[in-house]
Order: sequence, then structure tokens, then C-alpha cells
Amino acid sequence: MCPPPTPPAPATGTDAERRDAWHKVTGTARYAAERTPPGCLHAVPVPATIARGRVTAVHADEILRGPGVHAVLSHENAPRLAEADDRTLAVLQNDRVPHRGWYVALVVADTPENARAAADALRIEYAAEDHDAGPADGHPRLRTPEEVNGGHPAVRERGDFDAAYATSAFRVDATYTMTALHNHPMEPHASTAWWTDGALTVHDSSQGSTTVRDVLARLFALPRERITVGSAHVGGGFGSKGTPRPQVVLAVMAARHTGRPVKLALPRRHLPATVGHRAPTVQRVRIGADAHGAIQALAHEVTTQTSTVTEFVEQAAVPARVMYASPHSRTTHRVVALDVPTPSWMRAPGEASGMYALEAAMDELAVATGLDPVELRLRNDPDREPDSGRPFSSRNLAGCLREGARLFGWEDRDPRPGVRRSGDRLTGTGVASATYPYLVSPSTATARAAPDGTYVVRLNATDIGTGARTVLAQIAADALQAPLDSVRVEIGSSALPDAPLAGGSSGTSSWGWAVHRACTALADRLRAHSGPLPPEGLSARADTAEEAGKESPYARHAFGAHFAEVEVDAVTGEVRVNRLLGVFAAGRILNPRTARSQFIGGMTMGIGMALTEGSTLDRRYGEFVERDLASYHVPVNADVPSLEAHWLDEDDPHLNPMGSKGIGEIGIVGTAAALANAVHHAVGVRLRDLPLTPDRLLPHLPGRPD
Amino acid sequence: MKPFAYVRAERTEQALAACAHRPRAQYLAGGTNLVDLMKLGVADPPLLVDIGRLPLDTVDETPDGGLGIGATVRNSDLAAHPLVRTRYPVLSQALLSGASPQLRNAATTGGNLLQRTRCPYFQDVSHPCNKREPGTGCPARDGVHRDLAVLGHSPHCVATHPSDMAVALAALDARVHLLGPDGPRVVPLTDFHRLPGDHPEQDTVIRPGELITEVVLPPPAGAGAYRKARDRASYAFALASVAAVLDVADGRVRHAALAFGGLAHRPWRARAAEEVLRGAPAVEETFARAVDAELEAARPLRDNGFKVPLARGLAVRVLTDLAAAS
Amino acid sequence: MDRDGTAGPDPAGHDDRGDERRHGHGPGNSRHDGPDRPGESTSSTVLQVNGSIHHLRLDHRTTLLDALREHLDLTGAKKGCDHGQCGACTVLVDGRRVNSCLVLAVACDGPVTTVEGLAEGGRPHPLQEAFVARDALQCGYCTPGQLCSAVALLAEAAAGHPSHVTPPRAARAGGPAELTRDEIRERMSGNLCRCGAYPHIVDAVTDAHRETVR
Repeated sequence: MCPPPTPPAPATGTDAERRDAWHKVTGTARYAAERTPPGCLHAVPVPATIARGRVTAVHADEILRGPGVHAVLSHENAPRLAEADDRTLAVLQNDRVPHRGWYVALVVADTPENARAAADALRIEYAAEDHDAGPADGHPRLRTPEEVNGGHPAVRERGDFDAAYATSAFRVDATYTMTALHNHPMEPHASTAWWTDGALTVHDSSQGSTTVRDVLARLFALPRERITVGSAHVGGGFGSKGTPRPQVVLAVMAARHTGRPVKLALPRRHLPATVGHRAPTVQRVRIGADAHGAIQALAHEVTTQTSTVTEFVEQAAVPARVMYASPHSRTTHRVVALDVPTPSWMRAPGEASGMYALEAAMDELAVATGLDPVELRLRNDPDREPDSGRPFSSRNLAGCLREGARLFGWEDRDPRPGVRRSGDRLTGTGVASATYPYLVSPSTATARAAPDGTYVVRLNATDIGTGARTVLAQIAADALQAPLDSVRVEIGSSALPDAPLAGGSSGTSSWGWAVHRACTALADRLRAHSGPLPPEGLSARADTAEEAGKESPYARHAFGAHFAEVEVDAVTGEVRVNRLLGVFAAGRILNPRTARSQFIGGMTMGIGMALTEGSTLDRRYGEFVERDLASYHVPVNADVPSLEAHWLDEDDPHLNPMGSKGIGEIGIVGTAAALANAVHHAVGVRLRDLPLTPDRLLPHLPGRPD
Repeated sequence: MKPFAYVRAERTEQALAACAHRPRAQYLAGGTNLVDLMKLGVADPPLLVDIGRLPLDTVDETPDGGLGIGATVRNSDLAAHPLVRTRYPVLSQALLSGASPQLRNAATTGGNLLQRTRCPYFQDVSHPCNKREPGTGCPARDGVHRDLAVLGHSPHCVATHPSDMAVALAALDARVHLLGPDGPRVVPLTDFHRLPGDHPEQDTVIRPGELITEVVLPPPAGAGAYRKARDRASYAFALASVAAVLDVADGRVRHAALAFGGLAHRPWRARAAEEVLRGAPAVEETFARAVDAELEAARPLRDNGFKVPLARGLAVRVLTDLAAAS
Repeated sequence: MDRDGTAGPDPAGHDDRGDERRHGHGPGNSRHDGPDRPGESTSSTVLQVNGSIHHLRLDHRTTLLDALREHLDLTGAKKGCDHGQCGACTVLVDGRRVNSCLVLAVACDGPVTTVEGLAEGGRPHPLQEAFVARDALQCGYCTPGQLCSAVALLAEAAAGHPSHVTPPRAARAGGPAELTRDEIRERMSGNLCRCGAYPHIVDAVTDAHRETVR
């Protein structure tokens, strides 16, 4: 079979309908805990109730007498694991308790009800030790690590910050704090696992099941070929399912121990302590500018915390190395390991928290210099990446700011803070920039043409809600010059060709590149083929290890600008968002429909970060207090106005064959600062601690008019 | 959750009989709080007596022009009831500002009154809590207590009552009808919930085996409104809330009833404020003075002092708006 | 192969739990046949779900959500929090939306409709069509709850139920609620969506509302 003589209109760039939408609206899309093999048991993990110490006794015998209980696993009897790179996975391996909420036992029973009751009833004795849950700020054990998350150096110095700052005409010196934030995907982390003749099958709620398979192979000392991990549908992750989490290790252990299939879904209340979170940060930003508002000196110094289990350092000072021209710069990170849960990735780690502080400080600089905040940013837009000196592959921050200002109606803005009052409502507007790096990883993929004119593309991509199934089909259709509906895409199982995780806004670029290569090769083969296709069709395979792994001479980032209007109730301190508008420059947008959903989704999470989501660490217990969805306030529908997401199409030849950057994370990046800046504009007081809940605002509000 | 026995009662006497001599048995209606607490291990009744089918699900006008609200009337039905919407908007507004549509569809009048504090330490059985286990201590007093009490707390407990509905009922002078092994009795709503004192384990004055059968409202005594401040725009408990009923004649306050939510272990009827309001000019200055008189008694904890100006602002606004509309 | 055609074990078979799974069709409310002996912790229960009758022997602790997901293999209703704080488990009982995670199955009173039962006569519900058309979903985990909630929302609005944001005068007057975007936002606020599909959900409900009132 030959490709059709007239190639169909390109599929990329069109708003093709989400391919799994019908499965999802009819309830037939199955998630990790929604397949129940015959004889399946139910497992419930037991969290530690001390902040540090040892388990001295696990009274499993009392529980095993109870109804339906099949097993109690603890460090006394759990299968031994090989050394884990990620030590949060080394569960039930010894008697140590590194933080409250760390799993110390696992109860396996015949029904969910019996398993939960037995887990609740299990008596565990501890030898508690003095613990240290911070605060990190000013902690005597603060240290400067070599590297922070993402492999960035912890410290970068350029020029002489102190001298340049001291002699700057305008100076801002401000410290911003954020509580921990929790990913809380709607689907709690879950796994179903069973062994058959020494082979392991797992359904896992994961952003990348190739990695899950590889990690399980290492931990359980199995050849990879004996493990299949499926993640057909995943109920969100936002970084918290980026790598395997304890639930999959526990489920596999329990299945091995009992010889039965085991299903394990983490209770919502466990997530803050066990699956990672955005670490709390204290960020000091100093900016010195000359009389024209040109930045001369910029220091961004981050203090954060990690656990004693593994070191994760939120790279919040890294975006300051990208954003603005500054001849003299210092960006640093310090961290202390505390007896607290382990932080990890949460949507735009580093950028979300770091850009909140940097962009709020830019707003303070605008006020100090009397410049319009958009103009200030335009004046400091660099033509090379300030830290590396590399040219940008494309940088359209200025375009985003200008287009956003136009769409938002920014030019009529009265810069005076705290003067727009109507009754008890104070309104204000704010702007902030956004950035997110272009990341890409090697992937493999296969493509096959069947004699009936259809195509199958296979790779272990994961659709966590991004629309990966859909956009990969579009990429394939274009490379094959075939109609979109002739292309089937199979993803979501480690039995498919290896592919990297859905994370770092890199999925589409990484997977798409391999799909494009495989399909291009297949199209070549089809062109060279004459006569009918053989019954098995024609196939091609691609591996982008070489091209996607190559270091680029360019600095490659997506940029954006957020504009917000808020309304503050002068009596209650409640902040509500009236308008939120984002303009993004993120390469070529391959599917406007699913892209828009991702942008507004990120912006919505940014509303939570700025206004509603707060997590308190009770240092006496080393535990996050707001662990459920009644007390940890994820935004609800009523918090979210009609968000607008726009984009500027970029034609960047230095990325990948599709010309795409990532879009999954940049939506959150500038949102919190834009909102916080708008709150300042509304009330006239600079509040530097997120979230901006009524208790934080009230002491600064005028109350009712006299 | 521990295993438990379950019976469904078709008649009120049957429900009472099922609970008699079973001191830890509990009535189950909407289950929105009880089932939650059972999952948390905070409640572990050996027997649930399902009262969902008892004939206590009607809203009827009383002979004196008041309203009788059956104990198992669902919150959503009560909020939407024409007599409530037209005559007791403060109650309708309070109900609609609480929880979510789904929860309001299940939650009942009686169950709402009996819901328990959302103090995080109360809800976590791995912590001490005087309300859950008397004598073990109160970690909230020096812990995370931004959402907890500023009025009427004791050294043993700083919990708040989470209901919105009950705050409106307090301002409406509602009466709670109870039926127990010793017969029926009636308790004013403002006496139904307790302050913690030395016995924070007792939220209310309800006796073992007693069943709420009805909540009765007197005829409307004025215009009413409910306002609530919270961390997000919907589906969140009150940081503070205010229910007010105001009747103004010739520019003076003829009747005023004011109650606060989110500030205390019970809906806080503001008697001191009402004292100031009675007969005084219905102007903002009076309202501010009245509310200040009430909130003088506030004793904020380390991190919840914001509730005092918040409650003050809400109350002055509601009263001012009601006066302006009258 | 199971329902959506992806590889997986046969979901049937709960032999060790001793369910009686006699499926039938026909009218009739869910009912509780009562424990066989007083003091027991299980009961024979009849659930009517999406028009089918199910006779189950259930642990009293089993919630309606777990009965659907673990006993009837109806996994459309999701477990997001298990405490009535997210709305992912929303189903209709007797046409009313409830959090099925807080309903004890043994106490369930009335026919149950889940997302699997929204389509009628092979035709999808207008809300399902609108959710697809408006891309009112991403990961999809909250979607079945959003849909059941929205179905009830339209009925509640038609029945004149006010909401927190209904202007006092309109709330007093009664009559079908005007479904502005603010009204829809408030009325959908019992369903969290972490992917942030809210504006598109409001679009979809608006579309379906227009469709149903036309």
C-alpha cells in the first residue's frame, strides 16, 4: 500500500478531540486500582506515629488473629530489597523511623474493610528519639549542597554582586516565604500487583512505567523482561508520580509474600508524608538597578529543607540565572536535613517557587523606580542567557508581555496601590513573567503500517491528562502524511518500547521526536515498497538516544507573562480572582485544545499556590497538619474565573522536529507572583508570605470606611 | 473502622428501643460526619441505628406561624423550602454556605447539630485530645489552631463547632425537641451546645439514647442574613461567620439577634451585643459598639487573633446591610 | 481483556468474599433485608444500580462507593479522598447527588445511577457530549463525579433550588434558577479538579443546560 497521493491537511496544530475522552466520560477508563484479579487481597500501610526513632515491636500476632487478615509485613519479615537509589523506596527494610508518616508496616487482608480495620488496630511500639523539625531558616546545620534538583550547581556567582548592589541607584531587599505545597492528584497513588510463575505484573499510578519497571527490577533483583508495569490511565501526578513511590514497592512485596494479587491505594491523608511535596522555602531577593531601571546586581538566595532519607533541594534560585540581564549576580541554595517528610517534584519545581519571589521582587523594583512593571521587565530582557552567556534558541518574553498587556488592557492602569475601592472591595492588577526550561530525553518508538491502510504507533508514553495519546497520533499522522483517524497509538505499558516519563514538560518533545523518527522512517519504507504490503505490514523503529541526548549550544526555555486582577474584601481579607490571563511562547503548539487545558490547569494550581493552599508543619510532631482535602484547600470551581490562555507561535529550529517546547508547567510559574502583585496593588501593602489567606491580610486592611 | 451491627428503624419508638441500654450505640442519618469519624477511628459505635426512614422528614408551619423542621430533613431540602427561603433567609443562606451540594443532600437537621469539631488533633487518633480521650491533653492550644476558638474556650479544649446552620438557628431562637428513654423534652438551641469547660468530651447536652426529633422556629422576628468568611470561595469551613436577625422601626432597633460561627465551641449567641442594640439607633456606630461589647470577651490564641476583627467586620457589615434594607 | 480493551486480568471473581451476585433487571428500590442474626456485622442487601438489581451480602462497613467499585466492578465512581472532601465519588441516589464514600451500602435508600448509567438508550447524556466537546477533563479521575454532579445540578436548578450565590431576591422568589457562570461555579464546587478543568466544565454545563432547556 502506498501513502495517499494527496497528503491530508496537517494534523498537528489542529484541535483534535482528546482520544480517551469518551472512556473518561463513560467511566470505562480504568486506573491502577480498578482491576481486581481473582483472589485479590487488599493492603493498607501503617504510618509511623513518632518523628524519629526505632520500631521496637510490631504486634502482628494480635492482628493476624483478626478476621480476614492474611499477612502483616514489617521490617521483621518483609522481603529484602536491593539497594535503592531513591531511599524513600527502602520501606520495611530496617527498624529506623526517619520521620512521622514513614511506613513501618503493611497489613494485607481479604477485604478493604478488614485491611483498614487491622491496619488501624495494629499496635506498634517505638523507641522515640529527640527530633529536629526545624525551622530551616537560621538552622545551625544549614549547608550548601553541590547540586540542586535538576543537576544545577547550587551556587553561581558572576561579577561582584556586593559592590554593584551597594552602588545601585535603586535597591530592593525582600524576603519571601512559602509553606510546603502538596501535589494531591485526584487519584491517590495506587498499585495492583501479582506474580505468575516468577513474572510480575503491576498496574501502577505512575507518570512513567518504564522507570517503575526498571526500579522494581533492581529492588527485587529480577530481569526487566519478567516485569510488566501498566499505567494506562493515570489520575494526575503533578510530579508526585514521576518516579516510583512506596505504594508500588509495598504492593509488590505483599504480592510476593502472600502469593496472591494485591491491591493497594494510599489513603489521601497519607500522601503529604509519603509521596513528596514542594518544599517550604525562604527566599531573599536583592536587586540593584541604575537610574533607568537597568538591573546591575541581582542576588537570589534560597533556604529550604529536605529529609534525612534523601536530599532534594528545590532549585528556586535557578530561574534567576535565566530571566534578566544583570552584570553582577549571585544565586545560592542552602538546605538542612530535618526529621520531616521528603520533598520532591511538584509542578515546575524550582520555577514555581523561585519565580514567585523573583517576580514579586521585580514588582517591588517597579514601585521603587516608578517604572511600569511591564516596561521594567522589557528594559531588562537579555539577548543572551545571563548565567551561561549562551544565545537563546528563541526567547519571546517581550512578545508575551506586550501581547498580554494589550489583551488585558494594561496600558490604562493607574499604578498607585490601594486606591481602587468600591464599597468594601479593593481591586488591583498585577503582572509577572514566567519561564520553564525546554527539556527533552531519549525515547524509542515503533510504527507499523498494516495492509488495510491503518498504522499503529507504539511506545511507553503516559497520558496523565496531558492528551499524550492525542498529540502523538497527530505527530504520527503528519510524519506519515496519513489521515489522523488511520493512526492508532498504544501507550501506557512497559511492554511497549521504552520511553521516558511524563514530567519536566518534556513528554511531547521526547516521545514525539521518537514517534516522528519512526513514522518518517516508515514513510520512507512505504515509498520504497511496491505492491501490496505483506500480511504483517511494514515496520520501523526509532531511538533518539543520540539526537535527544545531545547538548545544545543554545539556551532553550519557554517564556510567558501572567496578568491578574484581584478583588480583596477590605473587611474579611478574602481575595478573589476576577481575571487571570496568560500569554505563552512555548514553541509550536501541536494541539490548541489540549494545550489550552494544560495552560489553564497550571494557572489554576497557581491560584491555589497564591491564595488558598497552605500547609503547616507542626514541629512538635514533625508532621504536616493539613493532610486532608477539607483542610488543605485546593481551589474549587468557585475560585476560578474564566481564565484566558493565549500563545505566540514560535518557529524554533533548535528543538526537535515538531518545534515544540513544554507546556505542562509554565502555566503555574508566573501565576502566584501576578496574583500577589495584584494584591499589593489592591491593598497597598506588600505581603511576602504565601498563601494570602484572610488571616495574613486582615492585620493590614483598612476595614470598613469611616 | 471496627465491625458493627446495623438495624434500620421504621418508627421512632423502634429507634429508641434499639438504642436503649446500648450506651455506645449511635443513630445514623445522613452519615456525612459519623461515617467520616468512623473511618478516622474517632467514633466506633458497636451498633448503628439507621433513622433515615423515620417519619421526621417534613417541614411544617406551626400554629403560631413558626416552623417545625423534622430531624431528618436534608439540608438541601430545608434550604430550598419555600417557607425557609421566604421567611427565614438567614437559615437558607447559612445552609447554602456550608459544605457542598452533595453533602447537603445527605446531611440532616439533627445530624448537622451533632457534627463534631474539625480540630485536626481531634480527627487524628494518634494524637492526644481531651475531647476524644479526656485527660490526655490538648495539643491544639500550643499547636496549629488558626481555625480554632477565640471565645469561651477552656484550658482543656479550644475546638470550634463547625456548623453554619446551627449559627442561624441560634439567632432564630430555635428550640430542639428531643425524645429519650425518659420521654420528650425541649432545649433552646443556645443551650443545646456546651462550652468545653472541664468536659470537652461533651459537645451538647443530649443524653444517652436521646434522639433529636424536630427543631422548631418561632415566627420570624425580623429580617435576617448570614455571612461567612473562608479560605476559598466555597466548600470550606468558616474562619468566622455571622447570623443576624434585625427588626428596625423608626430608625431604632426593635429586635436584634446576633450569633457567631467559627469562634467557639458552640454557635455563639451575642447577648452582650444585643443588649447594646436593643432600642438604640440602627446605625453603623451602634452596631460597631455592640459588636465590640461582645468581642471584649475574646481571648485569642497565639495564631487566631485575626478572627476578632474578622468577626467584628462581618457583623457590622451584616447589621448595616440589614438596617439599610429595612 | 476487560472493558476498555486494555490488557488486564479478568475483573470478575470475588469468590473469597462470598458475594451473591444475582443480577437482574426491573424496577424496585434498593433495600436492606437486615442481618440474619442481631449483632452481626454483615447483612443481605439489595442494590439497584443503573437499572440492575444486585443481591449482595455486605459488611456493614462497606460504603456504597466500595460496593460499586469492589463488588459490582463499576469503577466509574472514583475514590479520591474517601471522606466527602473531593466529590470524585459522586453518584445519584434517587436522582440526588451524594458522596458515595459516606453512604453505607447497607443504608443506601433508593436506586443508584453512576456515570456508567448516564447514557440512555445507547445515546450519551448531553453532558457527556459537552464534556468531550469542551475538553472539560484532563486526567479524567474527577470526571465521573463532575458529570453526576452536573446532571443533578441541572435538575436542582430546574426545581428552583437556590445556591449560595443566588441573589436574595431571586432566592425568595423561587422558580427555576438562572444558571449564570457564577451559579454553575458555585454549584459545581463540591467536585475538586486538580488538573484545573473548571472553566471548561462551566462551559460544558452551560452548553448542556442550553440543550436541555431548548
